[in-house]
Amino acid sequence: MNITVTVNGQPCTRDVEPRLLLVHFLRDELDLTGTHWGCDTSNCGACVVWLDDVPVKSCTVLAVMASGREVRTVEGLERDGELDPVQQGFTECHGLQCGFCTPGMMMTSRWLLDRSPDPTEAEIREALSGQICRCTGYENIVRSVRWAAEHPAEKPEEVTP
Amino acid sequence: MSASNPDGHGPNGHGGPNGHHGFGRVARKEDARFIRGKGNYVDDIKLPGMLYGAILRSPHAHARLLSVDTTAAEAHPQVRAVITGETLAGLNLAWMPTLSNDVQAVLATDKVRFQGQEVAFVVAETHYAARDALELIDVDYEALPPVVDARTALDDGAPLIRDDVEGRADNRIFDWEAGDAEETDRVFDDAEVVVSQDMLYPRVHPAPLETCGIVADMDKVTGKLTVHTTTQAPHAHRTVYALVAGLPEHKIRVVSPDIGGGFGNKVGIYPGYVCAIVGSIVTGRPVKWMEDRSENLMTTSFARDYHMRGEIAATRDGRIRGLRVRVLADHGAFNGTAQPTKFPAGFFHVFTGSYDIEAAHCAVTGVYTNKAPGGVAYACSFRITEAAYLVERMIDLLAAELDTDPAELRLRNLLRAEQFPYSSPTGWEYDSGDYPRTLRTAMDIAGYDDLRAEQADRRARAAGARGDDPLMGIGISFFTEAVGAGPRKHMDILGLGMADGAELRVHPTGKAVLRISVQTQGQGHETTFAQIVAHELGIPVDDVEVVHGDTDQTPFGLGTYGSRSTPVSGAATAVVARKVRERARIVAGAMLEADPEDLEWTPGRWIVRGDPSSGATMQEIAMAAHGSLELPDGVEGHLDATTVYNPPNLTYPFGAYIAVVDVDPGTGKVTVRRFVAVDDCGVRINPMIVEGQVHGGLADGVGMALMQVMAFDEDGNHLGASFMDYLLPTSMECPSWELGETVTPSPHHPLGAKGVGESATVGSPAAIVNAVVDALRPYGVRHADMPLTPANVWRVIQGRPFRTDLAIP
Repeated sequence: MNITVTVNGQPCTRDVEPRLLLVHFLRDELDLTGTHWGCDTSNCGACVVWLDDVPVKSCTVLAVMASGREVRTVEGLERDGELDPVQQGFTECHGLQCGFCTPGMMMTSRWLLDRSPDPTEAEIREALSGQICRCTGYENIVRSVRWAAEHPAEKPEEVTP
Repeated sequence: MSASNPDGHGPNGHGGPNGHHGFGRVARKEDARFIRGKGNYVDDIKLPGMLYGAILRSPHAHARLLSVDTTAAEAHPQVRAVITGETLAGLNLAWMPTLSNDVQAVLATDKVRFQGQEVAFVVAETHYAARDALELIDVDYEALPPVVDARTALDDGAPLIRDDVEGRADNRIFDWEAGDAEETDRVFDDAEVVVSQDMLYPRVHPAPLETCGIVADMDKVTGKLTVHTTTQAPHAHRTVYALVAGLPEHKIRVVSPDIGGGFGNKVGIYPGYVCAIVGSIVTGRPVKWMEDRSENLMTTSFARDYHMRGEIAATRDGRIRGLRVRVLADHGAFNGTAQPTKFPAGFFHVFTGSYDIEAAHCAVTGVYTNKAPGGVAYACSFRITEAAYLVERMIDLLAAELDTDPAELRLRNLLRAEQFPYSSPTGWEYDSGDYPRTLRTAMDIAGYDDLRAEQADRRARAAGARGDDPLMGIGISFFTEAVGAGPRKHMDILGLGMADGAELRVHPTGKAVLRISVQTQGQGHETTFAQIVAHELGIPVDDVEVVHGDTDQTPFGLGTYGSRSTPVSGAATAVVARKVRERARIVAGAMLEADPEDLEWTPGRWIVRGDPSSGATMQEIAMAAHGSLELPDGVEGHLDATTVYNPPNLTYPFGAYIAVVDVDPGTGKVTVRRFVAVDDCGVRINPMIVEGQVHGGLADGVGMALMQVMAFDEDGNHLGASFMDYLLPTSMECPSWELGETVTPSPHHPLGAKGVGESATVGSPAAIVNAVVDALRPYGVRHADMPLTPANVWRVIQGRPFRTDLAIP
């Protein structure tokens, strides 16, 4: 069936099978391969993107369910050539190693900071608890999010309509 | 020695690596692409005309294969090929060699020998269609009784798993021993105290977040096969493909792109890779195969599964005299264990650990069971996870027996700095160490005496009460690793000596390209190897590009596992950079009209001895080396070098870990309250990256000690084949790690650096288990097997016997 999903501000129209998962729509149809697929039971969160401003596991959403809605992926974090503070924080604090969980982790981190600009360590850990990292032991991810909280972008995030 | 403040190693400041000239906290070069979603992992690769493969797998653990009917699948409009064991048998590819001189079925022809085993391979236009077509294949099985419990594998009348091997009568794979049995028996016979314990290091799985996969592309015009694949050892894969498929090696290009974690899971060759290559040959189009999570957990290399009986002999006043160990090793249906050829139990025989022991002996028996192959994976450094766990549990059992503080017992028996290089009773030569200093550093950070006081206080208060308060436990693990395989005289993989090449080329403008044979899977080689070159040549880190993972572009070597990159390839990089620096000296001599012997090196420049104003920078020398400068006879110009590094010995990093846990006696839930880790890996090329390696390995320890196990039921059904059941620690189960360091350089390594990647995975499980058992002492608990899940701890508290690896009553 024909769907139009607005991804990182760009409307994308494709003819897809109803069973196509959003993660595969993003990766295979749109070549947005920053979103990863790490499990088959909705546990790992490597596929987290925003669906209308809410982080979702895109392996557990059908592409057709995103039709007419807004999706934001890791490729949409950077604005006008400026890294999001979360992206900067992950680099500053060594919050990534193999990089496979990183896109999902950063999408949730951005969402958290938009709602809780000064989160405690416990809040950060809870926010990220739906996502698995095999490399970092989480310590530096927590520090990365704190770094981003302490270095907000100069201009406030534009509100997605 | 410096014990870093737990909060003191955070952000690296602004600006990244620009201008940084060597060792230190350099931000990673590879981050730029990963934080933008611009990494290039196998499943991101899309080639023109690419098809997709999927594997039909056995539902049985053990069954005769009667027939495989692919008619309906082949009729699917989007299917381009269906490959069966029979297809492969026609190509002599139904079986492939393993890294342990055994063979493994690529697609089953006679029997299936574990649940999830590969039976047929479908190639279709889309990933979804390939999966659809699997449902259309009709397989007829005749179920056979499986061997599930390794402890029954050698029983009379046990089902014979490997009837494919002529003359094989039982399920025994090998018997192997190390140490002096007679001398050890003598020590045990006259020992004042002997403590023994059975323990299981259960089957777990490395579970990298990215599963295994490949894009195979056979170009029929050029006859060249290109594979993009998740491999930790691209050159070894190339050679094996050449040997297995009969393709000439120069017509095989293996590319390992960005890898989403390896942890030993991506060392070997899996049937899916071979199938995809055959699929590409058959269809004439590129074929991608990417396994899903359940396939990864069920069928790719597991780790551990060692059933160990440890015995420790000591004097009454706590002087350890001997260690004796018997191991039953469950290797699954095919011996696919990845280790140097002469070491069927890996480096298990470093099990005497960090202690000065008179005599030791171990005997390991490997057996087949109806499970997936593997064994060596998950940051084990070739079975040192098992060895370290064994000895560190035995030390605690002895401490309990003698009613001695386990820290005190360790301090009394640890090797002393002046004993290095130390020849162990099982034949290892430890390079360097200062163990008591490192343990004391960890005890200082933890506030060990205060912790014991708090514990005594809690126990005293609980003694009269109902005991609903959390039980506090303190656990120590002091480990010695052996990493950097290895000297090619003793160590080879399928006959390939474990030396590694390096090539360094300095461009006319002074920028450099380093080509190495090891393959990062997140460990930061693109940054740290550039740091080594920068350190040696005095040029900025950003001026060094590190090329790896492409067998057409990089020198031969054995890849990254066993924490061998820094010990072997890091050494090769230092050596090749020094060769370039020496060549630069000759060029500088010509430039400065000075005898090269009169030049001295200052960071980034050769200067005339004692005259800093007269010199040439590396960049000036590089341009001159490519220019019209007249060079001495025998110097061809340009500025490059190659080398092969054959390590004289392994490196032996070590560490002292202390875990503090709280156990809820009502529910059995264990909370890791604190974890202190002091690692000594010699010189630290990039402390930030070392700390990240340690953090990740400590999380592995929490996972293994408390959560992870691949259990089986009596029919051989795999009970941990998804993330619903195979539990990995999240941010909620991990505490905030507290790190410290000491620095005892490796005397034989050109940089004094030792490997470290696997240290924390090796060292941490014992600390947590020791802490939990310590917490349960009021209940008279001596030992409990991993994983210490709430249910299992509750059973231990109740004194109920159970097996963590079997869902069998």
